[in-house]
Amino acid sequence: MINKERHVLVVFPHPDDEAFGVSGTIATHVKNGTPVTYACLTLGEMGRNLGNPPFTTRENLPNIRREELKEAARVLGIQDLRMLGYRDKTVEFEDDEKLANRIYEIIEEVNPSLIITFYPGYAVHPDHDAAGAAVIRAVEKLPPAARPALHCVAFSNDCVEALGEADVINDISAVSSQKLAAIKAHRSQTEAMIQTMEESLKNQDPQVLARVNFERFWTYKW
Amino acid sequence: MELVDVKQVQEVINQFANQDVYIHLETTNGAYASHNDQSFFSAGAYIRNALVRYEIGKITGFGPYRVGLKINLGWVYAEGITHFEVDSQGRLLMAGHGFDGKLAVALEISKTPFE
Repeated sequence: MINKERHVLVVFPHPDDEAFGVSGTIATHVKNGTPVTYACLTLGEMGRNLGNPPFTTRENLPNIRREELKEAARVLGIQDLRMLGYRDKTVEFEDDEKLANRIYEIIEEVNPSLIITFYPGYAVHPDHDAAGAAVIRAVEKLPPAARPALHCVAFSNDCVEALGEADVINDISAVSSQKLAAIKAHRSQTEAMIQTMEESLKNQDPQVLARVNFERFWTYKW
Repeated sequence: MELVDVKQVQEVINQFANQDVYIHLETTNGAYASHNDQSFFSAGAYIRNALVRYEIGKITGFGPYRVGLKINLGWVYAEGITHFEVDSQGRLLMAGHGFDGKLAVALEISKTPFE
């Protein structure tokens, strides 16, 4: 059961970070009439999926990924997409306080009742951890009673051991076609896997079905 | 991008010699290498917009290729180059794309800073 929220703020570092684990939740909030703001820190400039033979260059990849991100936002119904202009793989080296303040300004502006981001320390990619940590630092500036709920994505090998099982599990099967469309929108990153995935779905592969239809979050523990 | 044509790439490398140029050099296993295989030791490095000047630049090997630039006080080196392109801004983009379709190395030369 996904609660009706006042406003949902999604903060991730790369275009496509929202696709596999969160896009169904986003689509559901949009369907519920909840405004969603998606702040994406970088354009995934250093993505390695360029194909062989390559379909683009290191320098042109961000142009492709910017359009893919816009398309994913469109199919999910996100009205407020913000590209914050940081560079892939460098988020953790930015000034911690400045980065947190940038997020804080967005929080002040859109006044979300729920923020979705990565669980710092349990999100594998350094940019994921840094983005999550910046969100936590930003929310920390608010008095505890005024803080929005924080649902974090974790997938490090040790995340269940360290955090326990996810405490928020969203059944998004009602919007799974939108989710697939969002995944497909990030074509440069997902084309190789989407075919296998669609085949598994057609064959009702229970593992793949579960992965697509249920999105898992950990409420941040202060 | 096209498969490396040694003669063509060498000509472009020569055109950038003896003047200030900006370099993008990158090598990586990807951020998920150690996550997917815990026995894998992941390493990578990149430098963007290093301002250098080289007197000699060469592409060598039988493919994948190596590129070395002898700069004023040292060297720039990349191994595993498979593809190249001179883009619309006249920059020489070289890259090594693995059998898995992923970029493994990139070396790029430009007269103006990369954005």
